[in-house]
Amino acid sequence: MSGKAQTIEKVREFTDEKYKYGFVTDIETESAPKGLSEDIVRFISAKKNEPEWLLESRLKAYRHWLTMPEPEWQKPNFPPINYQDSYYYSAPKSVGDGPQSLDEVDPEILKTYEKLGIPLFEQERLSGIPIAVDAVFDSVSVATTFKAKLEESGVIFCPISEAIQRCPELVKKYMGSVVPYTDNKHACLNSAVFTDGSFVYIPKGVKCPMELSTYFRINAENTGQFERTLIIAEEGSYVSYLEGCTAPMRDENQLHAAIVELITMDDAEIKYSTVQNWYPGDAEGKGGIYNFVTKRGLCKGKNSKISWTQVETGSAITWKYPSCILQGDNSVGEFYSIAITNNHQQADTGTKMIHLGKNTTSRIISKGISAGKSDQMYRGLVRMGPKAVGARNYTQCDSLLVGDQCGAHTVPYIETKNKSAVVEHEATTSKINEEQLFYLRQRGIPTEAAIALVVNGFCREVLQQLPMEFAVEAQKLVGISLEGSVG
Amino acid sequence: MLEIKNLHATVGGKEILKGINLTVNAGEVHAIMGPNGSGKSTLSYVISGKDGYEVTEGQILYNGIDLTEMEPEIRAAEGVFLAFQYPVEIPGVPNVTFLKEAVNAVRRHRGEEELDAMQFVKMIKAKTEELGIAKDMLKRAVNVGFSGGEKKRNEILQMAVLNPKLAVLDETDSGLDIDALKIVSDGVNQLRSDERAILVITHYQRLLDHIVPDFVHVLAHGKIQRSGGKELALELEEKGYAQYGIAAE
Repeated sequence: MSGKAQTIEKVREFTDEKYKYGFVTDIETESAPKGLSEDIVRFISAKKNEPEWLLESRLKAYRHWLTMPEPEWQKPNFPPINYQDSYYYSAPKSVGDGPQSLDEVDPEILKTYEKLGIPLFEQERLSGIPIAVDAVFDSVSVATTFKAKLEESGVIFCPISEAIQRCPELVKKYMGSVVPYTDNKHACLNSAVFTDGSFVYIPKGVKCPMELSTYFRINAENTGQFERTLIIAEEGSYVSYLEGCTAPMRDENQLHAAIVELITMDDAEIKYSTVQNWYPGDAEGKGGIYNFVTKRGLCKGKNSKISWTQVETGSAITWKYPSCILQGDNSVGEFYSIAITNNHQQADTGTKMIHLGKNTTSRIISKGISAGKSDQMYRGLVRMGPKAVGARNYTQCDSLLVGDQCGAHTVPYIETKNKSAVVEHEATTSKINEEQLFYLRQRGIPTEAAIALVVNGFCREVLQQLPMEFAVEAQKLVGISLEGSVG
Repeated sequence: MLEIKNLHATVGGKEILKGINLTVNAGEVHAIMGPNGSGKSTLSYVISGKDGYEVTEGQILYNGIDLTEMEPEIRAAEGVFLAFQYPVEIPGVPNVTFLKEAVNAVRRHRGEEELDAMQFVKMIKAKTEELGIAKDMLKRAVNVGFSGGEKKRNEILQMAVLNPKLAVLDETDSGLDIDALKIVSDGVNQLRSDERAILVITHYQRLLDHIVPDFVHVLAHGKIQRSGGKELALELEEKGYAQYGIAAE
């Protein structure tokens, strides 16, 4: 066997083991009956003890969903989803009805998070900045850390099901105000059957004293996860929020259709970072998560800012466009993205920057890396409304191809309704450079590490946007995601 | 240290090296001179193991082990270093990150403890000072926006840091003005040692004024046509390569 063939062989052996989050937690669960119907919607609502208005809103969404055709404009191909073949609610039995203290959390679940490297205890981190965690396990939040400490500064950070009980007026006012249930088929489904997710409220003038994060874990089989996140930043406030996602390795595809809504008032800022590492399927393209997510932020107040940073390495299909509606004058929207696809993964991702207010600015930096037989699409909309006088956008979109069986596509949509707006778009596509790899290998760095180094360099601008601890994780993830991409 | 025996190599199916024999011992500096297209760079790539350069016959023995089937990173870790004629740019990767990655990859291969950030910084600081290299070169992305002289100096820095047993310098003088040439040559001379063999590949004699070789070989038509001492380089400078059947450029 030649040296190269040997490397490929070794890499192949390794690839099947590379998804280290692919284990299943053996735990008793309580599920809704399989399938989707009005009864299931009522079941979920009843499980959560929801007020009547919310049940009504869910049912309205469900009935509308039935009338909506499946979208067909996307690039990824997949067989029609059989919505009746899934469970829409699954919760560890031990969770019971309400939120609990950490001491009451099932030890099996604690172990799961420990294995995933997520601290569900209130420990000061090495960096000195603690991170508060909301852990969502299938359809329910199982624990939220640092709640009491956060509440000292007036910050509310809790599962959305709890927020519905505690501050229904806030939820009622803002939920669905950025992403209406009619928005798209998957958002509509979420509006009908969402189960849990995080709620964040930062009061006026408060700079959130710690990083907030939600960790989403799909565990149960044949179960969709439909989480709902709502973050409200009042005037002059600031919060940095992180989310992470993993799921067991399974042969069937599982649907993850979330909605995230962000709202910033005058002078407020939300920094939202995602490291998405759902199970991507095996090397032959079997299994993996369908990650069909609607994320949108509304810069409602003047001088407010919403910044999305995403590192998308997992999922069989990633289909999402974290977007900003720049309504307040001088508001700022940012989108920094790294999407890595390997094997048979498909991604159709990008952003929408809707400029409504005066002098609004947006910046889009997208880095796509395709390897194996994967296919990737950057799709981005920049719209300059008639009143967005002096608005500016800068877009930079770079694609890197590893190997010769993958694809990268860039489709920018630009609409300008006023003459003073300035839109810039730059795009590049390149293949990973053999000369670079040889140079690094000649210095003793093995091929895979060399690819990881080149790709990390390619993504540097985006990685720098991540909070420190996440950046280190993400850098490693970049390397892991590309394992097996050689040959 | 290096023993090349009847080496034949092809690039894209075309035979470039047609039976090279060369022995380089530790402590020696050998110069390989030859006109364009004689196979000089091919020889350096074959020694370092670049893809697409196929050995069809013969052996490259390095401390008695045949290199020809070895991956380039293993050769590097075993102490074979190539200073590139055209050092490659790697955007977004700080030089210091790259150097640390390389040093630790080599240390892992040798079963040595990896250097932590502190140890590495101390080591790299000492090396840059020895070679008179500005510290800001460490923070910049590998070779990106470097001048020709800076790129070559960066090669010498990498060589100093990786401490190879066999260093092949491929056209290290190309693209250098006379001042830069002197700085780079001084760097190489500092790295001459009894334990290290150096192979200098060059078109022009001028580099050999600065890096004085123990032996000079003339490579033409894929074979070593003649070997001698340093005076051979001077002769070539005077008479050109025409005597080896190559038209003057």
